[in-house]
Amino acid sequence: MQKRAKFGVGIAVIVVSLVFLAWLGYGESKTYYHTIAELPNLHGAAATHRMRVGGTVEPGTIRRFSGRVDFVLAGEGKTLPVSYTGSDPLPDTFVDKSQALVEGNLAPDGRFVAERVQAKCASKYEAAPGGTTAPAAAPAGTVQKSGM
Amino acid sequence: MDLFGSFALILAFICAVYAFIGGIFAIRTRHPLLVKSTRQAGIATCMLIFVGTFSLEYLFFNDDFSSAYVVAHSNRDLAPFYKVAALWSGQEGSLLFWSFLLAIYVFSTLMVYRNKNGELMPYVGVVLAGVQIFFLTLNNFVASPFKALATPAAHGAMNLVTRADGNGLNGLLQYPEMVIHPPNLYAGYTGFTIPFAFALGALLARYPGEKWIHLTRRWTMIAWGFQSCGILLGAHWAYAVLGWGGYWAWDPVENASLLPWLTGTAFLHSVMMQEKRGMMKVWNVWLVFITFLLCITGTFLTRSGIVASVHAFAQSSIGNWFLGFIVVILLVCLVAYFKNRDYLASENQLDAMVSRESSFLFNNLILLVSCIAVLSGTLFPVFSEWLSSSRISVGAPFFNKVNIPIGLLLLFLTGVGPLLAWRKTSAESLRRNFAWPLAIGLTGGVVAFALGYRQFYSLVCFTLCAFVAATIISEFYRGAKVIRARSGASFLASGIDLTMRNTRRYGGYIVHMGMVLIFVGLAGVAFNKDVQKDMQPGSTMQIGSYTLLLQSMDSKPEKNYTAERMNVEVLRNNKQLMMLYPERRIFKTDQPSGTMVAIYSTLKEDLYVVYAGQSPETQMPVIHAYLNPLVKWIWFGGAVVVLGTLVALLPNRKAVLVLSAVRETAPQALPGQTLVQPFQPKPAMREGHD
Repeated sequence: MQKRAKFGVGIAVIVVSLVFLAWLGYGESKTYYHTIAELPNLHGAAATHRMRVGGTVEPGTIRRFSGRVDFVLAGEGKTLPVSYTGSDPLPDTFVDKSQALVEGNLAPDGRFVAERVQAKCASKYEAAPGGTTAPAAAPAGTVQKSGM
Repeated sequence: MDLFGSFALILAFICAVYAFIGGIFAIRTRHPLLVKSTRQAGIATCMLIFVGTFSLEYLFFNDDFSSAYVVAHSNRDLAPFYKVAALWSGQEGSLLFWSFLLAIYVFSTLMVYRNKNGELMPYVGVVLAGVQIFFLTLNNFVASPFKALATPAAHGAMNLVTRADGNGLNGLLQYPEMVIHPPNLYAGYTGFTIPFAFALGALLARYPGEKWIHLTRRWTMIAWGFQSCGILLGAHWAYAVLGWGGYWAWDPVENASLLPWLTGTAFLHSVMMQEKRGMMKVWNVWLVFITFLLCITGTFLTRSGIVASVHAFAQSSIGNWFLGFIVVILLVCLVAYFKNRDYLASENQLDAMVSRESSFLFNNLILLVSCIAVLSGTLFPVFSEWLSSSRISVGAPFFNKVNIPIGLLLLFLTGVGPLLAWRKTSAESLRRNFAWPLAIGLTGGVVAFALGYRQFYSLVCFTLCAFVAATIISEFYRGAKVIRARSGASFLASGIDLTMRNTRRYGGYIVHMGMVLIFVGLAGVAFNKDVQKDMQPGSTMQIGSYTLLLQSMDSKPEKNYTAERMNVEVLRNNKQLMMLYPERRIFKTDQPSGTMVAIYSTLKEDLYVVYAGQSPETQMPVIHAYLNPLVKWIWFGGAVVVLGTLVALLPNRKAVLVLSAVRETAPQALPGQTLVQPFQPKPAMREGHD
């Protein structure tokens, strides 16, 4: 019985410390996902945390300024003005009507300030469900910048 | 040919259904003819799947642009090499490719054991047929790759159309590794079906002993080897093509490939507990079940877009089929387990904290924790949406925080485990076995610190790597010394002789050595640097000890794309070193452009130069340069892992000697084994090689 207790303690120590680390990592990296339509209904803390928003780039709205790129995302019949302020060049797939995923924060004036933009060119994907993403590879056209 | 192909797949479906239902009757009636005919049906299923797959390839090579799948994934100018790869570049084709690889495994299994294990094989055949039925259902009725292009005509009729050319293959996939990476990974995913079928079959048949484990050991290793290879090739593809400077991003699809690898690795270790001590039977059966479920889950994650849907990308209806299949498998496994669990009673108990058993136990525990962490992190958006109304995703910090300590703990066990004795290890043997490796490990840590690698986890990692490498080398050394004393051959020859006498054990050590090299490479990530700069011809940038000079830019038309190329001169300490040519490929077909990263790779570090596109501000071309230390060690370690897996798959030379009647050599203990097992085998010990 004592042997079992020893193993139990060993296992518990490992599992508890890993759960603790997981909890730390969760707090550090959690990102909320919202649709464009949900944004106006966010209040308090919910409106200030880091989030991802997806939508389609409205044709003709991409404007390049010094230090930032502005465009309008559309989805579910609503639109969202976005300012991209990141330093990385925008992906080649980022064009009119492409599907884009922006990550950043909501500014008080309702504008979305994005630090990261991922884009997929809509025409490359079948209208039918499924898409043509590479098997067992990162979704084609997206460029992941996080990680190890 | 498309009709021919779809007909073959329909027939394959029918054969699989017969093999399944007939197999169940064969088990009940034990009628020899029925047993035989269901096995033949299983073989026919595989042959028909081969025919169906080759018909689709035929369409690709004939540029048959009346086929919707060919139009979507190929064009006339596509190189033949990539026309092979176009097969698995889309949903329908990858699912067919799954069936195809599974058919190769099933075919081999049914042929190899056609006259053996008569009691068990009908059960195995039924399970295999069941899995094949699922994939053939998808191939035939849900995602057929043989759909023809058509336009609607009057009165609801359809007119068939043929296009002049296809849309081409996704540019990101036009890269040699993309041709070999998916087959490797898929061969891993599908390969775990065989151990699953044997485990479930043995449980249902209440097949005596550990025979199913002996039977499936090689199959598991083959699948594991392919899976390891596939994961590393995918990492290398991401590194060399996606151009973000890293090789692993904890992307859902990457995670999906890691999950069955983690449980598969746990299984490869814990089977030794069952073979040697008759322990962990329940655990092993469930590890195989879970590994297979994770393979299906991995395919499901990749194919359904359930997690990618959080990223607002296309979602697929195919997910429901997979979900249904996962539930069915889980139910079957649960029922089989609860009906037969008495058959899995353990024969022994853990004796001591410091023993081989406990090292395996902890190895399994943390591999499983890692698996749970990766799975929950990957599915976090889905779970959080169920539990609360908000969708939350977690990123790299979450995965790294949990998995880095786990990796280091595993590395530690890799060094410790093989030197611990079964049942109980004495303090004396601990001292004898570990004094030197421990000293070497600490020296390694000090050297790494002196070289400037000063980051906590990295230092721990380097220390452990040196420690583990020392334990592995000492194992080879001690064994080789015994052989050398007897035969007088050189150390190298003795070492090879030693390895061939117990391929499983020493092949395993070679795999461990490969993992050590991979960990050295992973530890380098803490010291990555990167610089990004707007360039024009003549301007320079500095990274580490390197200076990059953009000499000129040019544009080179190729058959299928135009390459926009940068000519970058690399100088180190103001001395000319070499030229690098990072490029962007603009494809002629309607495909996103691709990046060709230029890498100058040495054992110390990789200089990784990306033509990152135009600056949003100045419209000037941008170079993003990275200095990634030790990355090459990962790819080299991967090659060593594959080599070790191949060695472990070889039959032992000893077995050959026994057959050739050189009897005296047979009973002697293997060199090295006496040192770590200072006791006589007791009845509690089983046959098998550790």
